[in-house]
Amino acid sequence: MITGREAILGRIREALKLSAPMPGDHGPSTDAVPVHSHGPAGSPAEIRDWLPSVGKNWEENAQLFARNSADLKTTFLRVPTVAAAHQALKELAASEKWARVAFHQTPLISGAVSSLGLTSFETKADYDVNELERCDVGISACDALIAQTGTILLTATSGGGRALSVLPPHHVVIATRDQLLPDLSSGYELLARVYGKAYPSFITLITGPSRTGDIERILVLGAHGPKKLTVVLIEE
Amino acid sequence: MRVTLMVPCFVNQFYPKAAMAMVEVIERLGHTVEFPEEFTCCGQPPFNSGFWDEARPVACQALQNFSDAEVIVGGSGSCVAMMRVFTPELFKGRKEEQLAREVASKTFEFSEFLVNKCGVTDVGARFPATVTFHDGCHGLRELGIKKPARELLKNVKELTLVEMTEAETCCGFGGTFAVKFPMISTSMGEVKCASICATNAEYVVSNDSSCLMQIQGVLDKQGKPIKSMHLAEVLAKQ
Amino acid sequence: MNATVSSFLKDAKRVSADLRHRSLIQNALKGYLVKRDEKKAQFQDWQHARQTAAEIKWDAINHLDKYLAQFADNAEANGAKVFWASTADEAREYILDVAKKHSVKSIIKSKTMTGEEIHLGQALEKAHIRVVESDLGELIVQLREEPPYHIVFPSMHLSRHEISDLFQKKLGSEPTDQPEELTMIARRAIRGEYIKADMGISGANFAVAETGMISITENEGNARLSTGLPKVHVAICGIEKIVPRMEHLALFLPMLATAGAGQALTCYNSLIGGPRQRGEVDGPEEFHIVLLDNSRSALLADPEQRDALHCIRCGACLNVCPIFKNVGGHTYGTTYSGPIGSVITPHLRGLQQWKHLSQASSLCGACTETCPVKINLHHHLLHNRRNAVSESAPFIEKIAMKIFAQVATKPKLFEILSVLARFGDFFLGLVRNTVLDPLGAWTKTRSFPNSAPKNFKEMWRERAAKKEEAKR
Repeated sequence: MITGREAILGRIREALKLSAPMPGDHGPSTDAVPVHSHGPAGSPAEIRDWLPSVGKNWEENAQLFARNSADLKTTFLRVPTVAAAHQALKELAASEKWARVAFHQTPLISGAVSSLGLTSFETKADYDVNELERCDVGISACDALIAQTGTILLTATSGGGRALSVLPPHHVVIATRDQLLPDLSSGYELLARVYGKAYPSFITLITGPSRTGDIERILVLGAHGPKKLTVVLIEE
Repeated sequence: MRVTLMVPCFVNQFYPKAAMAMVEVIERLGHTVEFPEEFTCCGQPPFNSGFWDEARPVACQALQNFSDAEVIVGGSGSCVAMMRVFTPELFKGRKEEQLAREVASKTFEFSEFLVNKCGVTDVGARFPATVTFHDGCHGLRELGIKKPARELLKNVKELTLVEMTEAETCCGFGGTFAVKFPMISTSMGEVKCASICATNAEYVVSNDSSCLMQIQGVLDKQGKPIKSMHLAEVLAKQ
Repeated sequence: MNATVSSFLKDAKRVSADLRHRSLIQNALKGYLVKRDEKKAQFQDWQHARQTAAEIKWDAINHLDKYLAQFADNAEANGAKVFWASTADEAREYILDVAKKHSVKSIIKSKTMTGEEIHLGQALEKAHIRVVESDLGELIVQLREEPPYHIVFPSMHLSRHEISDLFQKKLGSEPTDQPEELTMIARRAIRGEYIKADMGISGANFAVAETGMISITENEGNARLSTGLPKVHVAICGIEKIVPRMEHLALFLPMLATAGAGQALTCYNSLIGGPRQRGEVDGPEEFHIVLLDNSRSALLADPEQRDALHCIRCGACLNVCPIFKNVGGHTYGTTYSGPIGSVITPHLRGLQQWKHLSQASSLCGACTETCPVKINLHHHLLHNRRNAVSESAPFIEKIAMKIFAQVATKPKLFEILSVLARFGDFFLGLVRNTVLDPLGAWTKTRSFPNSAPKNFKEMWRERAAKKEEAKR
């Protein structure tokens, strides 16, 4: 009695006895692209050659992240120090009229949240999601900021769980200078380095506030995830 | 150069003037034109419908008609695509494959022959009119031809070229598709004609007569005054 | 003619004549084309990117046994449960079992075309389990009780007024013509469902062999919520979704977003590698991955069309297909529409019954040109036509083709018929627009040219004769 796995793998092996042509063998000559010589298909080096270009240094990448954020309607704040970050958040809390702040425990985040002096809710193990739902904002750390696409990389570990960064209507990320990376490939390299092979169960790339185009292809922000996204980058 | 003309069956029947215009332009450039009268059809109708066994003898005869040619020029992207792209596939693994590849390598669509093979973009034509250009899909995507026709039209004296927004959108002919799925074919034709009429051009020009048959067919039904012309007919004008 | 074909023809006729539909779809897609071209232009080299993407997928699919096994082993090492479903039945049965085991009363679902393919929603509802669609477009078509219109944009065919009426009727909301308010109505309606649901069901855009994770691409955030909050998460994943390494996503995610939606990246691209791990504060207790074959291995066994399994379900081919734009997604009558649907459906559901989708194409090639992984789409339509004929050709058409081949290989006979046809014009004129008109399929909506007074061969011979005369 063969298992479902053996049945499917058996059929696949049988099917693969005949070989299929390599890709790009069809199409007019103007379309032809020689089979590359970068080595095995899809190395980061090769991918970097094709994707949009990135900045040559940190400052250029910070500006690239800023431009992308503007397009995406992400609020991007560059601040010189931790103290300046606290100040920026205080101003944001006032203008957005936050009453309840959700967060997770890291020195950076806890410090920022306590400086706000508002009712706070920590996403500790087995927290009550109904409490999280009552919060106006979720403040989290991240693993990286990706300049190429204006993206935040975070995981269940670095981002305070799966829901903190998506359930409240406003998500604030506090990032540090060393976390700004040029491109997506760097992001995946970082994940491999930081987590080894013990990856968290959840890793996400956040690119702008939540949105939909399902109604007449018209862009609307704040579908199910946060309507507002703020990134605070501490430059010291 | 000894240029052998390939005249598709429906051009022979309905648009011989377009083929004759090709002859005039090619001779004007100083080449001799030959025409194998025994050529009937490239075999595309049965091929497109999936009847590859029935297509083979017809395509094989076409290969025989052109085997001695120095260079073959056709005025229809779809028939040239048949000779260049599909006939080698039709004979893959068979004894005619070698001949099919040889003939394919010397077969050209009219505008690409003039510009890419002869290196000519000005054929000394004069046509005072506003025209818009429709890219036949086979020429555009099977053969990769977009620039040559426009370069040629740019150099026609007193001609104004206006691009339509949907130049690369299929007109809806597609061979037997036009009669097997007439309602879809017609609505595609209507979309195309709306784009053509929006340019306010006097003529719609293309390098594929089958497209022009479809486009003119819809324009006539709509009572629109725009006339269709093959690229060769524009280039033959002096 | 079977029922599938006749309903296709009926719907195609009705929708292609529907001018309102035509302009709605054209407008929806015009914006997409502009954004897509913008984002493509930002790539340093889009064509090379396509080639690399095609090569990665070629490697994945042509070593599918190796990578699938690697994927499953890694996923299980992370604590996921992997079920290998050979058929739609097996997949549905497994999911229903999981639901029963956990006494599931309500399920929150994020968008999954594979779920559509196996009619999962209907099976769950028959088992009296409440299924809530969280994706706005899917919610809309679920309320309308119709299938998704497009594999990426399920409600592309509806105007805001129709959606407002729908919400008024089914959700009891106030009428509005603002897309923002309509979105908020849906957000509020679904909000509590995330927290209430006993189980979340999702699809998977990619399955990373190296790490045993699935990748989900979305804009709304509903997939993150549907997969993150409930106690049990079930993901359905076609076996062809495999990519070998996590770092390959650096290429696929931008290409999927660019080709599919004209975005550099969609809002959320999440990797899920297991249930909640030790030390994590939230997440499902159980994570099931249902790997679905459902005749994909049959398509794999066709080396000529195997590259159709490279598909990343971006929907770009639908967006550029003039047939899709004119007949609309519902006319196809099957889960996967547009060019990719026309190519794979005969393999997934039967060649003779679904060959008409491959025939209903002008073979313009816009699909092949736009496909980010370089699938030879329009040529496969030709291959399907050929295969259908080899298997079983319609009698009359076969006779007609044989006659054509006979006549076309006899140049003198062909010439005689060409001249006779000219005289036939007179008789054609008599029967034009009557039921006797053999060209009726054409002439009902288009004018048909008369044969030229002289065909080209005659003109050529005359010209040659004149030249001879002039020489003498």
